[in-house]
Amino acid sequence: MNAPLLRVENLAKRYRLPRQRLLAPAPEVQALAGVSFTLQPGKSLGVVGESGSGKSTLARLVMALEAPSAGRVLLDGQDLHRLDAAALRRARSQLQMVFQDPYGSLDPRRTVLQTVAEPLAVLHGAGKAERRERAIEALDAVGLREADLVKVPHEFSGGQRQRIAIARALITRPKLIVADEPVSALDVSVQAQVLNLMQDLQDRWGVTYLFISHDLAVVDLVCDEVIVLQHGSIVEQGRPDELFRRPQHPYTQRLLAAVPGMKARQPA
Amino acid sequence: MALLEVDRLRVTLQTSRGAADALRGVSFALDRGQTLGLIGESGCGKSITALALMGLLPDGARVAGSIRFDGKELTTLDESRLCQLRGDRIGMVFQEPMTALNPLHAVGRQIAESLRLHKGMSGASARAEALRLLERVQVPQARERLDAYPHQLSGGQRQRVVIAIALACGPDLLIADEPTTALDVTIQREVLDLILELVREDGMGLLLISHDLGVMADTVQQLLVMYGGTVVESGPTAAVFERLAHPYTRGLFAARPRLGLARGTRLATIAGRVPELADMPAGCPFADRCERVVDACRAAPPPAVCVGPGHDARCIRIEVLPSTESAR
Repeated sequence: MNAPLLRVENLAKRYRLPRQRLLAPAPEVQALAGVSFTLQPGKSLGVVGESGSGKSTLARLVMALEAPSAGRVLLDGQDLHRLDAAALRRARSQLQMVFQDPYGSLDPRRTVLQTVAEPLAVLHGAGKAERRERAIEALDAVGLREADLVKVPHEFSGGQRQRIAIARALITRPKLIVADEPVSALDVSVQAQVLNLMQDLQDRWGVTYLFISHDLAVVDLVCDEVIVLQHGSIVEQGRPDELFRRPQHPYTQRLLAAVPGMKARQPA
Repeated sequence: MALLEVDRLRVTLQTSRGAADALRGVSFALDRGQTLGLIGESGCGKSITALALMGLLPDGARVAGSIRFDGKELTTLDESRLCQLRGDRIGMVFQEPMTALNPLHAVGRQIAESLRLHKGMSGASARAEALRLLERVQVPQARERLDAYPHQLSGGQRQRVVIAIALACGPDLLIADEPTTALDVTIQREVLDLILELVREDGMGLLLISHDLGVMADTVQQLLVMYGGTVVESGPTAAVFERLAHPYTRGLFAARPRLGLARGTRLATIAGRVPELADMPAGCPFADRCERVVDACRAAPPPAVCVGPGHDARCIRIEVLPSTESAR
């Protein structure tokens, strides 16, 4: 087996809550309680769980947007949370994120060129001509055109906006894309287009995904392995076809039983 | 006569590109004790239908056709009469419980408000009734929760409070627009089961709006599939899922990721995108995206074709669609 692209070791995060009373100690919440896993290059790891399970905290720690209370995040063997500012900036070009809401994640006043090329400007200080060329390449990869470069977000549909967000993530040619609910805000037919696109990009460029979703069917489709989070801990882990067919943990069983439409089509 | 009869409802909205039809002749009926679902994607007109029923359309909207509620025509009713109906005879539940509730008032007071307004109850009896309602929607520790503020409740509990408000006056019709979309799946299941139980107990009519095929399959008896401001297919839910008569219904069904698909399976997609309201074609609204389109599809809006008992589809090419087996 190859060296993993991403290794997460005993990752934990506590948040301090607002004080209830003036002199009482501030209560804390354990958002992530010692999570470990590895992710091989070119593969997809799904993270499922409900609100408060720690999914989004995990994403923020892997992206080095926040410091963990304990544990390590190793990307290509480098501990992201121990790098100095300059080294972290270099490592960040290997890490990109796609968010849930393609309406909220794009600046409405900036053109597609500005939005998509921004990571290059920030991370590499690339020249204008190179930025434009790379932006065209990234747009082409997600099925948009050069003519779209001068447009602004409101000229696009929700699915097209999510393509722009993915193009922005691809432009630094990252090794790892953290996708936090990338299709949950999209209509069913648009969701299918974006999921197909994400899989094509993986086939063609070998992108690795950490794919966070509450939708078990989506994770089943695009992931090689799944972890189920509850209260900040992994309660079950495995290949989706096995895990969803024979869930062992009661929480996974509950999640599966709640999938709408399962009642009608149970004996499949 | 059914509780709710919607007949050739047409709603014209003012858009940046001029007047455009958001609903192009929608008809359906719903009786007490029945459950009806409206399904479709963004811009299909499902929420506009709900807003029209409640008299909450945006300014400048023009309405033609008829909405009869308990025999009374709603489209010509003035605002004060509509206000009397809303919250009293017609209860509403929306997608986002945090925005539906007032963050500055305790939830007990918000439930009591409609009882005082519509039923003329005194403060004390309205509060007692609010407690009974909170218990009925299964909010734990209801007595303490009466004085809680919305931010102190979880998303699922907030939606239960919204349901309690909708039920306060014992409405005949409950309109629920994406009531569980913002909730976790396990909570979604509980809230849907609760709504169904309440509908059964009170004999209300339920109009459920959702984009989720699975939610519909589990929840409603009758299903209307909407596209481009028209009902493209309607019938008993099980029959619609079985037959998938309209090409759009079939496309939606095929595009949905299902548990058990092999890793890397490509999902079927529907080519193109939903036309803007102002660009809606004169004929079948789905024509530009349909694989089976012929010239006649673009000539005139297709009539409803009967494909089974109480089951219609607006498509003139139904006979060329193969049986549903190949679509799965």
